[in-house]
Amino acid sequence: MIKTDILIIGAGPTGLFAVFEAGLLQLKCHLIDALPQAGGQCSEIYPKKPIYDIPGFPEVLAGELVDNLMEQIKPFQPGFTLGERAETIEKLNDGSFVVTTNRGTKHYAPIVAIAGGLGSFEPRKPLLENLTKFEDKGIAYIIKDPEVYRDKKIVIAGGGDSALDWSIFLADIAAEVTLVHRRNEFRGALDSVEKVQQLKNEGKINLITPAEVIKLNGSDRLESVIIRKTSNAAENITLEVDNFIPLFGLSPKLGPIGDWGLEIEKNAIKVDNTLDYQTNIPGIYAIGDVNTYPGKLKLILCGFHEATLMCQSAYQRIYPDKKYVMKYTTVGGITGFDGSKKEAPKAVVKAID
Amino acid sequence: MTDIKIKITDRDGVLHEIDAPTDMNMNLMEVVRSYELAPEGTIGICGGMAMCASCQCYVKSDHVLPEKSEEEEAMLSEAFNVRDNSRLSCQLHINETMDGLEVELAPEEI
Repeated sequence: MIKTDILIIGAGPTGLFAVFEAGLLQLKCHLIDALPQAGGQCSEIYPKKPIYDIPGFPEVLAGELVDNLMEQIKPFQPGFTLGERAETIEKLNDGSFVVTTNRGTKHYAPIVAIAGGLGSFEPRKPLLENLTKFEDKGIAYIIKDPEVYRDKKIVIAGGGDSALDWSIFLADIAAEVTLVHRRNEFRGALDSVEKVQQLKNEGKINLITPAEVIKLNGSDRLESVIIRKTSNAAENITLEVDNFIPLFGLSPKLGPIGDWGLEIEKNAIKVDNTLDYQTNIPGIYAIGDVNTYPGKLKLILCGFHEATLMCQSAYQRIYPDKKYVMKYTTVGGITGFDGSKKEAPKAVVKAID
Repeated sequence: MTDIKIKITDRDGVLHEIDAPTDMNMNLMEVVRSYELAPEGTIGICGGMAMCASCQCYVKSDHVLPEKSEEEEAMLSEAFNVRDNSRLSCQLHINETMDGLEVELAPEEI
């Protein structure tokens, strides 16, 4: 079991900055995130978009902001459970919590801080009859182990980076790769688009556009799909396949956290904004976009503030008998758990002859 | 300051005739949110960057609207429940020419 002081659910900017503020108080953090990388929306949805309202940064790319935060929290050695979704929470007799992920990883902490943003990112599923029937029986939305597709006939649907990248990758592994997209244009890195073009010319990827998968056939497992070409001469193509991988991106869902007994309003968790952003369950806090209170603004800079106050309150819960005085980093410097020390250089005091 | 009238049919089929300001740099998605015509967290998820389709709407009147950008076109090509008259409401900036516009919110993707 992973043990920590503050278990942070969600590794977006708010969750990451909480690690820094906790570190100043010598509290250790561990983060859980459903995505395979840290950064939340900033990395997943808009890494290349500039943000203009981070104090002190006239302009910073969302991806750069995440890189900077990772650098800033490095001395405090946060732990990460990535690619797993926080599923259940159990309150122990001593008031602490055990949070278990969908893969069964258990985390123990006296404090839980939910920094879940809009929720965990779940694959967007196309509206097709029998879709759920064939899930794990030929249909998958996430590619965990590409080896599963060795020598198989697969069809991929989608027009973004993941559809392009996986088509390229699987072209070498699968027996047959068909890429279906509703338009002739793809939205992805130029390299990927050109590579798919090349593989198509070489006959390694079968490209069908503009088209969409409209029907799934099979008795027990997926056996074939019907693809409708939507160009001028509309036609239906029946394709025998072993696997269908719809890659239509991800959309956030509040998910299992919604069933933890927390007070929910407008798809967000109600917190006490007059004090410390604690939820209706003592010891569980909610910070950043995931919370709501009168006057709430879903801004990264507000999440940073909320994270800071949350850490102070968490410290008092963990050490009720200790008296803590806030220290400026300009005065106290930063002492990392890795033994590193950063502090302001001493002023020179020297007489002038 | 000038307001225009817009008719919006919400996801439950209820028609709302609302006033939308033309001088507040708002887009249609923000207008929908300001009147709370769709639950918070189910519309405008990406904030208005044309990077999700949670604000998709169907344009029912024959107003001439600005053409779709490459980004909007690309997003709609991957969205569900798309029709010929689909637009991302976050890409429609409120101005005087939109007076009397009629739209219907597309169903929430589940």
